[in-house]
Amino acid sequence: VPRNYDPLLHPFEVPREYTRALNATKLERVFAKPFLSSLDGHRDGVNCMAKHPKSLSTVLSGACDGEVKIWNLTKHQCIRTIQAHEGFVRGMCARFCGTSFFTVGDDKTVKQWKMESPEYGEEEEPIHTILGKTVFTGIDHHWKEAVFATCGHQVDIWDEQRTSPMCSLTWGFDSISSVKFNPIETYLLGSCASDRNIVLYDMRKSTPLKKVILNMRTNTLCWNPMEAFIFTAANEDYNLYTFDMRYLESPVMVHMDHVSAVLDVDYSPTGKEFVSASFDKSVRIFPVDKGRSREVYHTKRMQHVITVKWTSDNKYILCGSDEMNIRLWKANASEKLGVLAPREKAAMNYNQKLKEKFQYHPKIRRIAQHRHLPRSIFCQIKEQRIMREARRRKELNRRKHSKPGSVPFVSERKKHIVAVVK
Amino acid sequence: GEKLVLSELLQPIRPKSALSSVKKELNRVKQKKAVELPLSKEEAQRVVREAAYVGTSKDVGKWQQVVLQNRRAEQLVFPLKQEIATVVPLEQVASTWKPRTPLEQEIFGLLHKTQQPTVDPLLTPEETASLQAMSLEEARQRRAELQKARALQSYYEAKARREKRIKSKKYHRVLKKSKRRKALKEFEQLHKSDPEAALAKLEELEQLRMQERMSLKHQNKGKWARSRAIMAKYDLEARKAMQEQLARNKELMQKVRVELPEEEEEAGDMPEKDLASVTIPMGASGANPWMLGKPTGPAEEPQVEEGLGDVAVPGAAERKEEEEEEVVSEEEALLQDFAQKRHTRQQWAERPEGRGADETEAIPELLGDSPIRPVCDEEQASLGMEQPSPAQEETLLSEQLNRVQTMEDVEALASEEHVEEREKPAAARAKKRVQQQEEGRAGDKRAKKTPAKKKKIISLQAVLSGKPQEVPCASLPLVVEEEDGGVDQRGVITEAFAGDDVVADFRREKRKAEQAAKPQPVNLVLPGWGEWGGTGLKPSTKKVKRFLLKPPPAPPRKDQHLPHVIMSERRNIHAAAHQVNELPFPFEKHQQFEQSIRMPLGSTWNTQRAFQKLTTPRVVTRAGHIIQPISAEDV
Repeated sequence: VPRNYDPLLHPFEVPREYTRALNATKLERVFAKPFLSSLDGHRDGVNCMAKHPKSLSTVLSGACDGEVKIWNLTKHQCIRTIQAHEGFVRGMCARFCGTSFFTVGDDKTVKQWKMESPEYGEEEEPIHTILGKTVFTGIDHHWKEAVFATCGHQVDIWDEQRTSPMCSLTWGFDSISSVKFNPIETYLLGSCASDRNIVLYDMRKSTPLKKVILNMRTNTLCWNPMEAFIFTAANEDYNLYTFDMRYLESPVMVHMDHVSAVLDVDYSPTGKEFVSASFDKSVRIFPVDKGRSREVYHTKRMQHVITVKWTSDNKYILCGSDEMNIRLWKANASEKLGVLAPREKAAMNYNQKLKEKFQYHPKIRRIAQHRHLPRSIFCQIKEQRIMREARRRKELNRRKHSKPGSVPFVSERKKHIVAVVK
Repeated sequence: GEKLVLSELLQPIRPKSALSSVKKELNRVKQKKAVELPLSKEEAQRVVREAAYVGTSKDVGKWQQVVLQNRRAEQLVFPLKQEIATVVPLEQVASTWKPRTPLEQEIFGLLHKTQQPTVDPLLTPEETASLQAMSLEEARQRRAELQKARALQSYYEAKARREKRIKSKKYHRVLKKSKRRKALKEFEQLHKSDPEAALAKLEELEQLRMQERMSLKHQNKGKWARSRAIMAKYDLEARKAMQEQLARNKELMQKVRVELPEEEEEAGDMPEKDLASVTIPMGASGANPWMLGKPTGPAEEPQVEEGLGDVAVPGAAERKEEEEEEVVSEEEALLQDFAQKRHTRQQWAERPEGRGADETEAIPELLGDSPIRPVCDEEQASLGMEQPSPAQEETLLSEQLNRVQTMEDVEALASEEHVEEREKPAAARAKKRVQQQEEGRAGDKRAKKTPAKKKKIISLQAVLSGKPQEVPCASLPLVVEEEDGGVDQRGVITEAFAGDDVVADFRREKRKAEQAAKPQPVNLVLPGWGEWGGTGLKPSTKKVKRFLLKPPPAPPRKDQHLPHVIMSERRNIHAAAHQVNELPFPFEKHQQFEQSIRMPLGSTWNTQRAFQKLTTPRVVTRAGHIIQPISAEDV
């Protein structure tokens, strides 16, 4: 369609676009309905989850009573239930090809299961079972080879075909809570132990690389799937720390907003954001390069969130919590699901850009930032704000009344690092 | 001396004893110092770890470039590696499937009893026949032939089309001439070879000539002839050419028909038969910038020469127009400025100080021109001594207890005041205090000022009450009314807004604004103190002189040299609520930020292509596509 773009004919560009941006922001908030459904069926708290590497509609979950369930996300149904362990299912992971998965439990065993349900008349049995000497607390599979790693008293690296570990990596004695393979440089491993440290390992040289000790215990860590040297650690001190593995002296970014221990973290497959689950009954989404969250999800019935996953098409978030449910959320709260017409898509892109352009204007920012919180979290936030303020004031006063230079400024990033051990 | 013994001389020839090498070794060992103690196990492990760490860091560092590139990328489309979905044929899938349950097995058995071919369906006899009908070689040949023919045809068509499209008159003239010459030559040849045929051809040519004679080619209807006709009045040569043409016409047309040449008609046809009484608006109407698209020469518009010069403009009318123009010329200049200003306002750019130029447009103007309010520097310096700690960097979310679910809620949220003092660091609070002070001051001033004047709008009442006046005018011929709609409409508009003197109104308004902005003296005179008081008694001039506090003169107005602008320096709170207070983080200068706001994104202002480019999302993902972690093959 031929059009006349003479600016004289279309005056007031900025005010008109401002109005459009304001409307777009309002509509975004009105349509922000992130909760999709709840998958119920577990008979105890959900302790761990795993994504299927080849199928978007399949997700696996393990509960505190040793039960493993496989879910179909499109139908919101459980398609298979296995009594895998006695006691907790501590960790689970799928093989990179998606044909089988591994679970570890409190009964000191590692079990490998077929992904397909057993044939008619067949017993529900693991393919392999490995009996270990100590309790395993976590497991992760290599991204390309038939190798997996478990953690417990030490990090063990196993060949799938053998019943004894290829090598055991230790650095001091402590219970290690989580171990993760680097998805890009697949020989790299990261683990976090309960003596407050994060240790990196190299599988090729079968040696630990470096250890960083934080103020409090790290619960789990997750590698960025697009940036080989970046990982994020979920800490007990309510914060998340993003590290560059080449410079462990200080984290690249400290992410704060949670008001209780952060229990799990998972990266979005685009590597631009990550989602964290916390003991404070909420799930938050952080941009990698921002210190504050962009989104908080909570419902009345959701209790302490123990595990969280971001689906590999970047569209949904799954979280498993104490009260036996797995919840499915949209990763982008106000996104319209389903097929978009080209015009809809263009309008959506335009609105997105407008929101970005006018994001600093106070009225728009006020609307865009508004989130509802349950009273408990809200009060805790307020309380912690007061505490933080008091601490800051105290430090300020101390600095004011002592010899210049004796109370140094310590940046927020350095504050939480105790030491880096070579 | 000692005696030389033969046996001694022979000694070195004998083979060396086995001990000599041992001796050498011993010597060497004696020279060497003691070996250091081996490192302790911890130390050794530490060295290994350090070496491994350095090596691994280096390995991982290879990704640095890729990571930076992806972080800065304008657009990232995930999954990075586009994989093509392969569809597995049904037969293959069916063959792998095996019946398990008894029911399935039973059904499968029934199906397979009939030996229905499930794999690779057979062809029907017709299909096989058609496949065998033509040999491959033959078919190929035929296809090639057809292809060639089609290609040739298309070339020819393209050529013909191209030639037909040529617009050049000269080209066609030359073409025609060459054709004619060719025809002549042919005719001559024909004459020599075949007189019969030549005669027939001659006949044909005769016919053609007759046709041409009958046509109106040499009358004065052509473009050239018409242009000559216009010029003929003044130009002797043109007249001559005209005459020649007519003579030619006569010559060609044997039957002479007496008729007047058209130019005479034109000259004589415009008698002053009807002095039309046309209503034209009075006063500044002709110069009203709101009525006209273009600022220049508004009055002459209706009299623009009509192509053929049908309209002879009487001189008297022109003179009258000129007089009128002189009267309004002063206003004219002003209005030109007005229009110019309107034009510049579209481009926002050059004058950030043009803020709040017009009361009626204060809000959009403020929004557009300078989204950042400058904060008083010296006051900020005096108050802002505390630095906010990094722990209190700005939150991305403002979390509340209330839910926002409907549009009304959202709107209420927008209108709500900011309640951010609680978290904002001390610096921000200080700033706020400054603002409050400013506001207080402004409030004082405002209290003393006359109440703010209302917006000036063109009211319908005023427009309707202004009656158009009838003026006998000989200048505008009736033809004007038959002209195309544009001029006519303008006439209607000018007529409609005849009584609306926008310019004078504006000047009055500006004068008022100037008066209002002048600082008023403060009268502190109290009657009765130090002298007699009572009704009808005025305080003495001495006292008045003493207690009338004259404020210092106001700084010169910014718009004092701009006759067409009113600049209000009062802060507009309604607009301020929408404005950005502080320079947002990634920007370093106000100008940068303003620039970013000024550029429109929408398709109203941009071409489709530019619009698409401007609104491309940073990250594109597709539903239902698994995004794998980046790998060395993707890069």
